[in-house]
Amino acid sequence: MHTLTSVVDGLVPAATLATDTLSPAGETVSGGIFSVAPLLVGLPLASAAILLLLGRRADTWGHWLGVLASAGAFVVGLLTFLRILDRPADERVLDVHLGTWIDAGAFHLDAGMRLDPLSLTFVLLVTFVGTLIHVYSVAYMEHDADRRRFFAYLNLFVAAMLVLVLANSFLLLFVGWEGVGLASYLLIGFWNHHMPYAVAAKKAFVANRVGDLGLLIAMGLMFAHFGALDFATVLDDPAAHASEGTLTAIGLMLLLAACGKSAQFPLQSWLGDAMAGPTPVSALIHAATMVTAGVYLIVRSGAVFEAAPDAQLVVVIIGAITLLFGAIVGCAKDDIKKALAASTMSQIGYMVLAAGLGPVGYAFAIFHLVTHGFFKAGMFLGAGSVMHGMDDQVDMRRFGGLARYMKITWITFMMGWLAILGIPPFAGFFSKDKIIEAAFIPTDGAQWRAWVFGTVALLGAGITAFYMSRLFFMTFEGERRWTTKRDGSEQHPHESPALMTWPMIILAVGSVGLGLVLSLGGRFVGWLEPVTGHAEHGEPVLPEWLLIALTLAVVVVGLVVAWRRYAVSTVPVVPPLGTALTRAARVDLYQDAVNDAVLVEPGQHLTRSLVYADHAVVDGGVKGLAHSTVGLGSLLRRAQTGYVRTYAATMLGGLVVLLVVVLVVQS
Amino acid sequence: MSFTAPDIAWGALSPVLIVLAAGVLGVLAEAFVPDRARRPVQLTLTFGALVGSIVAVAALWSGVKSDGGHDVLDGSLLVDGPTLVLQGAIAVLTLLALLVVADRTATGEDAFAPTAASVPGSEYEELARSKGITQTEVYPLLLLATGGMMILPATGDLLTLFVALEVLSLPLYLLTGMARRRRLLSQEAALKYFLLGAFASALLIFGVALLYGYSGSLRYAEIAVAVGDPSSLDGLLLVGSVLLLVGLLFKVGAVPFHAWTPDVYQGAPTPITGFMAACTKIAAFGALLRVYYTVFPGLQWDLDVLLWTVAIATMVLGTVVALVQTDIKRLLAYSSIAHAGFVLTGVIALDEAGITAVLFYLLAYGVATIGAFGIVWLVRERSVVPLGAAADGDDNTLADDEGGDLRTTVLGEATHLSQWAGLGRTSPVLAGAFALFLLSFAGIPLTAGFIGKFAVFSAAVEGGAWPLALVGVLSSAAAAFFYVRIIVLMYFTPAAHEATQEGAVPATAAGTPAAAEPAAAEGTDVALATEGGTTAVATLVEPSAPTTTTTVVPSEGLAAVAIGVCALVTVVLGVFPTPVLDLISDVARFLP
Repeated sequence: MHTLTSVVDGLVPAATLATDTLSPAGETVSGGIFSVAPLLVGLPLASAAILLLLGRRADTWGHWLGVLASAGAFVVGLLTFLRILDRPADERVLDVHLGTWIDAGAFHLDAGMRLDPLSLTFVLLVTFVGTLIHVYSVAYMEHDADRRRFFAYLNLFVAAMLVLVLANSFLLLFVGWEGVGLASYLLIGFWNHHMPYAVAAKKAFVANRVGDLGLLIAMGLMFAHFGALDFATVLDDPAAHASEGTLTAIGLMLLLAACGKSAQFPLQSWLGDAMAGPTPVSALIHAATMVTAGVYLIVRSGAVFEAAPDAQLVVVIIGAITLLFGAIVGCAKDDIKKALAASTMSQIGYMVLAAGLGPVGYAFAIFHLVTHGFFKAGMFLGAGSVMHGMDDQVDMRRFGGLARYMKITWITFMMGWLAILGIPPFAGFFSKDKIIEAAFIPTDGAQWRAWVFGTVALLGAGITAFYMSRLFFMTFEGERRWTTKRDGSEQHPHESPALMTWPMIILAVGSVGLGLVLSLGGRFVGWLEPVTGHAEHGEPVLPEWLLIALTLAVVVVGLVVAWRRYAVSTVPVVPPLGTALTRAARVDLYQDAVNDAVLVEPGQHLTRSLVYADHAVVDGGVKGLAHSTVGLGSLLRRAQTGYVRTYAATMLGGLVVLLVVVLVVQS
Repeated sequence: MSFTAPDIAWGALSPVLIVLAAGVLGVLAEAFVPDRARRPVQLTLTFGALVGSIVAVAALWSGVKSDGGHDVLDGSLLVDGPTLVLQGAIAVLTLLALLVVADRTATGEDAFAPTAASVPGSEYEELARSKGITQTEVYPLLLLATGGMMILPATGDLLTLFVALEVLSLPLYLLTGMARRRRLLSQEAALKYFLLGAFASALLIFGVALLYGYSGSLRYAEIAVAVGDPSSLDGLLLVGSVLLLVGLLFKVGAVPFHAWTPDVYQGAPTPITGFMAACTKIAAFGALLRVYYTVFPGLQWDLDVLLWTVAIATMVLGTVVALVQTDIKRLLAYSSIAHAGFVLTGVIALDEAGITAVLFYLLAYGVATIGAFGIVWLVRERSVVPLGAAADGDDNTLADDEGGDLRTTVLGEATHLSQWAGLGRTSPVLAGAFALFLLSFAGIPLTAGFIGKFAVFSAAVEGGAWPLALVGVLSSAAAAFFYVRIIVLMYFTPAAHEATQEGAVPATAAGTPAAAEPAAAEGTDVALATEGGTTAVATLVEPSAPTTTTTVVPSEGLAAVAIGVCALVTVVLGVFPTPVLDLISDVARFLP
């Protein structure tokens, strides 16, 4: 590993750069704590390798090694964070040089890590929540014979996610991007001996490939216009190197990549199906970390989007569509995990919307991302705890009245619920309300944008309140609607073991206090400023107090409606027919049907015609039958009959044609 | 008249001499070493020769790097940087191919017919098979072919070029016809290869004659000088150079001289297919590079149109036809045709970056090819029949793990694509390696194939051939479709026998209630995959009975080592290509 060995001598003292605005060119650092930064990736990666290589021999202790590696990465992250915090605000963007990676003629790329407030925020979130979920999984996966392999994949995921956020070039980011894709695919399909899970993995695979294509094309465009792929070159005043049209294209391709990874419209359909994987995976990957990578990509590439307002507008539109889409779908889902997945989709819609608002929104997008990471992961773990106690039942119509039996799960879930609703002083109030407020600020003086996007964000808050309350009441309140277990015996809901409840408790504490702590004195926004740049705070079209009051009002309306329908009155065990909208929402607003019609059907027609051509052409050759096929097909048949004389004739014919061409061109 | 013996620099010839000498020794060993000891002796000899050859290349390296190399045998052979790179690459890849060739299944069965001379289906063949006879002539043949391949890119005159081409071809014709299974197909392929190869050789030697007529010399350097002087014999020169190029383009399998490729790749014993696909292509492209760069640069304007036409046709046809293949070996054959087109774009670039790019591409492609065919060799059909119905005298029967009333027999390779469905679940590691090679073929970043494609296309753009690069990128994109289709097939499509089971038993363990949606989508996939018929030349392909399943045959593990090394190299070259690129570009200059 020449990269790791060259870390120490690759560090060179470098000049300090003024970083008062967007600062893509980081300072190169030397010595001290920063030389251990590669351990962030190294620890979980090494652990994954050990667990996979040792195989069954590591079965007895493997899961603890996994926990330890993740916790170790958190400690390293924390130390790095503290060191960076010591530095003045304008010296907080650092590049740790790891060595030359690729030197292929015109293409030169150094491998390195970008340590700055943005990446460190992610590092802390990923390793902290990741470690809690590792601990939780020790108990959750206890009865699985392949628990060690599961932890190897979890470690692999953490390592890849850290590569993604620590990369200092788009290509290295792509390594992490593919790595999390691979790890998530391994984890979703972990129980891949069951068909639906493998199908879910396939759907995620395809949606992510479409997204990857976007990232690849974006990188191709960057290389063509900037001649480089590192953040320092590309993000340093991109408008100077490329036209606005090019930047718009790059921005849209990056957005496509973000849509694939973050389950945004129109590539969102895989997220609900991905819930087939083990619940801790949903908590880690589909709530706190991987699905937020798209938001990271957009915020990181902020300079490109700022130079391409059209692309930026598309980002906002996509965010707005997805936040409504996810919220509506969330109202109709009866599967607790799918309802949470729809909610995740919707909340990431909020983040994407904020990220599309430019510097005003970046900090809020990341802020909401962090708080959401806590409360949503907590709620997923809570859902896992409920499933654990209810014999893996996921249908909320078969829950009810669980509050009495699972007190810790109930209370921790309640904290997450209040946080996502945005009730003060819970975390979501500070992060989501800021996004709603930012959406109401006119961009470039365009009043209509403020009204449209602001209203959508406000409306979304109300729907969120409704479906999250519905979820909460259907699960924990009301009367019992339990079925028997799979083996026919009575359900005996019980609290989960301490290894599972403690992570939930810690995440619940975060759901309660994190928003307040981080927003005091604009602390978090200030911390991110070296990356996001300082944004002049425009005035929203409505006064701030009115916005807060309005938001709270729609939230309370949503909550009360849910209370009346799902806590006070009887919830039918069999889903009622519902309105047309409910029926549409149950099937993800016909997303799969649309996908089928737009993508799958033409694809299948194409393959079918290819197979038909194959059938007719190749079989025709064998049987010597004079199938009258047309076009390419007949050409191929004639070319590949299996007769040597035909082949020789082809060669001779080809030779003659080439000779004629050469001679004609020459004369 | 006195004969002056030329001064021979034996040292510079050592990589080739070691291999050829070992090949000759191998022939002697066939005659004198007792039956039982032949395999170990031949293996040791072959392995030792290839390692020795690699060491010899390494020993010559620094000298060539500093002085640019020199000619030996009075200019018949040129030992310069590209020669060493190509010889080293051929030796390394042959070594990897040797591991696959030498591997045997757990029942001691290799890829070759017990007696290639026996009539297929005859009693004599059956007798040889039941006696467990194996052929070790394979190894000297392999060495002789390798020797020819190592000479080909080093040649300094046209006659040596022709001789080298024949030295490499003749053993390959033989090896092609020696498959253990589907022997008629194999023999048919060998005959086709031989006839068409002879045809191509005739064209080449005709070209040589015309060039000699034009220039009065066979030496590259002297012809290159003559090309610079315009004369009234331009017609001879043009026709001669076209014929010469055609002879070489035949070996690389470029359109329209590709027709042999699918049939031969399909019929040949799979380990030989891998060897042939990787090493022949490297050798022939090496010679093509040298001829195009040192003999015909003066003719660039005239020959460009030929190479452009051929390159575009090769990329497009290879990709388009690969899309409709249902046999894995034919699919890989068409994919290798498309790759020949990609390499040609690098050749056309006609600059130093082009040489490095082509050499790197060939290495990346060769490694993935040997690995991929190694896997094809391991993936077999298995028939499950009740014990009573099984034929007697079958030495391939594996011990059955389920009980005594069934009997499983490992048959030939499962080459129909539908048989690869679900391999990702039954053999995740092997399928993962195959997926890796496919991704490298497709040129996805972080694999060697990506760096190779990037290098040849950027060399083409630098050389002003951007339309070629564009066609290349578009065909790569289209080609990615059929590579990814196989990955999807392996990982997401249930095997035919699994699908029925899964349909009957809904998933019950933890998680969501079983979704009903997959059935429909999956059903069509399976239907599509199994619908395709047999192949064009499949004169002897047995229709697979409903009781056959797909399995990975347990082997002695040599092939697994080769596959592992190939996978590792594919990743390492993809992630850290710089050292190898530097190594190549340090010496990528032809002697004039």
